[in-house]
Amino acid sequence: MKNGFSVFMAAFIALGLSWCGFVLGPVEQLGTAKQTSVLNSSDTYPVQRSGDATLGLQVYRASGCAACHTEQVRQDGVVCEVVLINTGKNAAVVSNLVSTLKLDGLTKDEADAVSDKITTAGGKAEIRIVPVGTDIARGWGVRRSVAADFLYDYPVQAGSLRAGPDLANVGARLPDLNWQLVHLYAPAAVVKNSAMPPFRFLFELRKLGDAPLPDALQFPKEFLPPAGFEVVPTPEAKQLAAYLLSLRADAPLYEAPFTPVTTKP
Amino acid sequence: MNPTETSNNLGGASVLASRIDASCRVPLLALFGGAAVWLVVGLVLSLAAIMTFHKPDMFADCPFLTYGRAQAAANDALLYGFCIPAGLGVMLWIFARLSQTELCLPLVPIVAANIWHLGVLVGTVAILIGDSTGFAWLEFPRGGSVLLFTAFLLIAISAVATFGQRRERELYPSHWFLLAALLWFPWIYSTANLLLITHHPVRGVAQMAIDCWFANNLIFVWLSLAGLGTAFYFLPKLAGRPLHSNYLALFAFWTLILFGTWCGIPQGAPLPAWMPAASAAAAVLTLVPVLAVAVIAVKTVCGSEAACNGGPLCHVKFGTAAFILSGLMLIASACPQFSRVTEFTWFGPAQTQLQMLGFFTVVMCGAIYELLPRVMGFGLPFPRFVRLQHWLFMLGIVLWAGSLGVGGVEQGMKLGNSQTAFADSTGVALIFLRAGTTGLFLILLGSLLFAANIFVMTIKWKIALLKSLLAVVKAPLKMEEVES
Repeated sequence: MKNGFSVFMAAFIALGLSWCGFVLGPVEQLGTAKQTSVLNSSDTYPVQRSGDATLGLQVYRASGCAACHTEQVRQDGVVCEVVLINTGKNAAVVSNLVSTLKLDGLTKDEADAVSDKITTAGGKAEIRIVPVGTDIARGWGVRRSVAADFLYDYPVQAGSLRAGPDLANVGARLPDLNWQLVHLYAPAAVVKNSAMPPFRFLFELRKLGDAPLPDALQFPKEFLPPAGFEVVPTPEAKQLAAYLLSLRADAPLYEAPFTPVTTKP
Repeated sequence: MNPTETSNNLGGASVLASRIDASCRVPLLALFGGAAVWLVVGLVLSLAAIMTFHKPDMFADCPFLTYGRAQAAANDALLYGFCIPAGLGVMLWIFARLSQTELCLPLVPIVAANIWHLGVLVGTVAILIGDSTGFAWLEFPRGGSVLLFTAFLLIAISAVATFGQRRERELYPSHWFLLAALLWFPWIYSTANLLLITHHPVRGVAQMAIDCWFANNLIFVWLSLAGLGTAFYFLPKLAGRPLHSNYLALFAFWTLILFGTWCGIPQGAPLPAWMPAASAAAAVLTLVPVLAVAVIAVKTVCGSEAACNGGPLCHVKFGTAAFILSGLMLIASACPQFSRVTEFTWFGPAQTQLQMLGFFTVVMCGAIYELLPRVMGFGLPFPRFVRLQHWLFMLGIVLWAGSLGVGGVEQGMKLGNSQTAFADSTGVALIFLRAGTTGLFLILLGSLLFAANIFVMTIKWKIALLKSLLAVVKAPLKMEEVES
């Protein structure tokens, strides 16, 4: 390259191409995304977070929680499983048949074949779609995370490091508000050997009045605050907990299908 | 070295060289002085952040130093506070030297350096008080970003003006890399800020895609362009041999800007599948420039008779080696097989730390140690610190990035096995993090030596300035003035 202009053009073209790909592309493809509908339901997804939870996202951002926590569940694929719903009139025959068949970890075709056999014998079976992967086996989520999960978030706090567990579905996993607050105040009180720093600055240690405040945290026996004191969450702590409880990526979607377990056979 | 002495002994070329160096003096001091402060501050913050993994409740009552804030502030102080201004300062000097002309508009970079460091201060304080934007590597809120953007443009004006005045019309490989870096930063920084840090940001995961694109283009591409441009200037100069091949350098330049800029989208990201796939393909192709740089560096340095001795040449050599390793780590972590293990682990931070501290910081320190005595006109106050710092940095970076990297792989193996408890994966990472802390401490010690050299030089220069001012004031009046 002989002159400054050719260097400038080279850089302009190279960066311009990737700008079109990774800036213009996603803005065009995802920037106008809207709510989607939940599979086999008239509900829409995602639902706008409540006011407290929306403010809680800002506490999450300000505290830099995403430095250690991801909100992305990974999935290796899906398998099908067949569940017997009803044995029908020939209960004994169907039960016998079912006991000889492989019912889980099937492909779609295998599952159809198994379901057909059960139907022919007079029973009734349901085919379920089950996502698989280590994150799902750990119970961190029921399906992989998709773009729709982050539709209303600003800033999107997807994270890139798991110094702590994934939080994509923490609201469904750990729905107890008191547990969440105690965990923020003293992680070691509820998770043994937790490496998480306590966020005591989000709480107030108050002298006990005539009666405990309704907001005061309920601690396990070994971790009670000093006698005559109680721990009360600040508004920020409540908002953060509300945000954590609002993290529920558990709706089956077209791009991440699964069959919710509603009836145990 | 006294300029008049040189002119008598060595003739016109050195007069020009020393005039060029002198024209850079104040702008470079302004850029490097602030950079040295941020290097130390960034490493101290980094050390404070890592202490959380030794004693989780250390900052439980101190919101300013909670891990998420201290970590982000440390990274930004190192990247925006040290790396970019140091790179810009070295760039100005290289442009002036290659152009064989004095620095154009020297006042502009002086003002710009102060605006830049003010911007970093505003941004870092904002992160510590909880005003971060929440986007990785783009945490500075708008006030800080505007200052940084303005300052960069001002410095770019001075650099381009110097480039335009060049007497030597032919371009060197360093020119390509450094000119591209001048275009790169304003483009990516304005794009990311305009689309993410506004009242009408783009919706949903498009934010994530743009943030990943920005972070990769800044940490991988920009640092590589500025760092390699510097290395390709200093390696031949210090080794006393010409750069191995201009054609290979041109090839490395083109492939780096064409492929490197597409890397950075994580493999498991909840984005349309074409994006991680395109990123993985680009990462594999990025192997080409990384290997080309390796060939150029080895062929340029091998057979050189210049003694290394822990001096600037050692710094630049080690930095270039770190670039090659960090490039290979980036490529590896984009391969689907490998990324299944390393995604969401400390392997990612290991790569960025190696790129930022192992490659860029070390190359810049080497370059500054080489050029600053020329620019100031007197030698380093503590020449022995150069060698000591080289060893501290080398050991520290191997320990720090090495333990993060190995710890990341170990953590990923445990994370990928659902039979292993999650606590086991964090537990194994903790052991490596604690070992890595020693490395970080050594790097901090090295950076203190660097800062000491810069500051004593600045103070010496200021004292000399004051003395000459005093001499002017105290000088006896000339007869004509007395009479009139």
